[in-house]
Amino acid sequence: MEKYLYIALFAPLASSLFVALFAARPKMLFTGIVASLLIGVSMIASFILLIDVNNYGPLHVTMMDWISAGNLSIPFGFVVDEVSVIMMVTVTLVSTIVHIYSIGYMDHDKSFNRFFSYLSAFVFSMMILVMSDNFVGLFIGWEGVGLCSWLLIGFWYHKHSASWAANEAFIMNRIADLGMLMGLFLIYWQLGSFQYDVVFANVKHLDPAIITTIGIFLFIGAMGKSAQFPLHTWLADAMEGPTPVSALIHAATMVTAGVYLVIRCGELYTLIPHVGFAIASLGAFVALFAASMALVNNDLKRIIAYSTLSQLGYMFVAAGLGAYWIALFHLMTHAFFKSLLFLGAGNVMHAMHDELNIKKMGGLYGSMKATAILMSIASVALAGIYPFAGFFSKDKILEVAFNEGAYFLWFALFIGAGLTAFYSFRLVMLVFFGEKEYKKQGLHPHEAQNFVIYALVPLGLLAIVAGFFEHAFHGFVTKLLRNYEIHIDHGVEAILIAATLGIAISGIAFAIYMYKRGGFPKSLEERACYKILSNQYFIPYAYERFIMKPFTALSHFFWVSIDTKIIDATVDLIARVFYKSGEKARKMQSGNLSDMLRWMVMGIVVLLIFAILYRPTV
Amino acid sequence: MITLTHYLVLAGLLFAIGLVGVMKRTNLLMLFFSTEILLNAVNIGFVAVSKYYGDLSGQLFAFFIIAVAASEVAVGLGLLILWYKRNGTVDLNSLQIMKG
Repeated sequence: MEKYLYIALFAPLASSLFVALFAARPKMLFTGIVASLLIGVSMIASFILLIDVNNYGPLHVTMMDWISAGNLSIPFGFVVDEVSVIMMVTVTLVSTIVHIYSIGYMDHDKSFNRFFSYLSAFVFSMMILVMSDNFVGLFIGWEGVGLCSWLLIGFWYHKHSASWAANEAFIMNRIADLGMLMGLFLIYWQLGSFQYDVVFANVKHLDPAIITTIGIFLFIGAMGKSAQFPLHTWLADAMEGPTPVSALIHAATMVTAGVYLVIRCGELYTLIPHVGFAIASLGAFVALFAASMALVNNDLKRIIAYSTLSQLGYMFVAAGLGAYWIALFHLMTHAFFKSLLFLGAGNVMHAMHDELNIKKMGGLYGSMKATAILMSIASVALAGIYPFAGFFSKDKILEVAFNEGAYFLWFALFIGAGLTAFYSFRLVMLVFFGEKEYKKQGLHPHEAQNFVIYALVPLGLLAIVAGFFEHAFHGFVTKLLRNYEIHIDHGVEAILIAATLGIAISGIAFAIYMYKRGGFPKSLEERACYKILSNQYFIPYAYERFIMKPFTALSHFFWVSIDTKIIDATVDLIARVFYKSGEKARKMQSGNLSDMLRWMVMGIVVLLIFAILYRPTV
Repeated sequence: MITLTHYLVLAGLLFAIGLVGVMKRTNLLMLFFSTEILLNAVNIGFVAVSKYYGDLSGQLFAFFIIAVAASEVAVGLGLLILWYKRNGTVDLNSLQIMKG
């Protein structure tokens, strides 16, 4: 059993290191195949572990000591329990499909090998993040995925926008990571250990104020990784990276790390329900806020990115209200259909020669039937229509909000569900149906290679059937996670489900109806509300205007006025004093013995004077 | 009555004469004389203090200095003659090959 743990963990590392050997070489097909196979091996090992954990319970191993200094002892310990094994299966499954897909997608890229090396390194970091049995290991994985995200967003580093977006993502995550580090320090300071089992066993004895502080700090870390408001701007800009990266990192896995952290620290957050409620409120706000931005955006990938943001908000609502298993369930189903949506979008982009504006597409159904069907499945799942996966998980989150009496949150999520349905189908309609706008640009779109489509089929199937595993999933993860039961009358529950389904279906119907007739009138784009939405509430502008500009000015001030004028000048002055005094003093060295003797006598006299002035007092 | 003070004043005066000689003279031979004066000024001081305290080590040290001075002069004069043979002068200002 332990063997499978190590295989699952280290196969991606082996893949990354092996492929890295060829990183600087031109494209070699076998690097992609080897990487996909090794990630596939990791996936199989994860599935075996899933069965084993189900049969024999969690597995906890300590590979070796890592840091051992004084009272501090941090081992390289790994735990495969009900939560981490679900994460492992989700991560490796999506990763395998993304790896296979990338062989087709990155076909013509000259850095083909480097791409696979980074992608596998990401999978390894993510596995460390979810499998670690202590907070420090989690933090290492956390930083590792951040690094790989930076490398992959900026994969086409010669594009200024890509390297800018990579830096933005990295810096925003650093800001949040400071919060997380503070949380970790507090945990160690108060409890003297980083091990999950020790921390969660003892955390209830702490002062509630301290628990609240720890909870807030850890959540700040989660906010950065999961791109919650106000640290959300990097996620939309991260779409500069290759599309498989967006599918794997910025939809299915890395961005859900924040949710994973909250789920993992469930023991801690159940002690501080007020912080949990704040998390849920923020989640509901982001769910609505991001969905509204997705309504008007014309960039294919950004729409899906905002949708990811919105769905992360849903997950945080569930996690914040204590329904950890529901959050994890939505995390899993979302990973399937959202990565499918992104990978489909990648096919569309390829067909359209990297055109991203959905207004310039239209009518692609004729030439890309398979992609259109897969993306429609994903969109239906995202919209939450029975019997697709999104229905089960999203509906549960709404029920949780209702059950907790947080009707306001419920209402926000309810509206969000309608918006989700609308923008998903706006995208589908504009891309695959309607007028063939692409003909104006003289493009001849073609379907992706067959193996790419076949690789997507498992995700399509999962997007349809994953919801039916709800009961098995519930029974499995609640062995570890706190159980959460919804106590609503069956009648009310049926009305809620009907209402949610109703708003989702009417959102879809409205989108289809409007875009069948050629979309909204142009005059709408002149309205103030449209402008606010299409400019993302002017938040990126505000950040630039009120944070970046003043910070740049401040940096410039420090550089010009303080660094060059004070610090540099002081250092230069010291150097100049020595230089000048040396220049003057070298005249002493006349080489004349009389002069030397005179200097010597002068020295003796000076020393004598000192000896007399500072003679020891008897 | 000649006291310690007289001896020390004499030693000081001799030392000053020697010091001025060392600084002023440019003839190497004269420089040697000046250093001898310096050394002997110190010798006087040593012997006087030794007598005053009734401690023989001062006088002993004076003998050492005389011995060292004699050997120093022997070596020094040898070098001086060599220099004179080469350059035809014993002027200090001709000794400037170490100019920095």
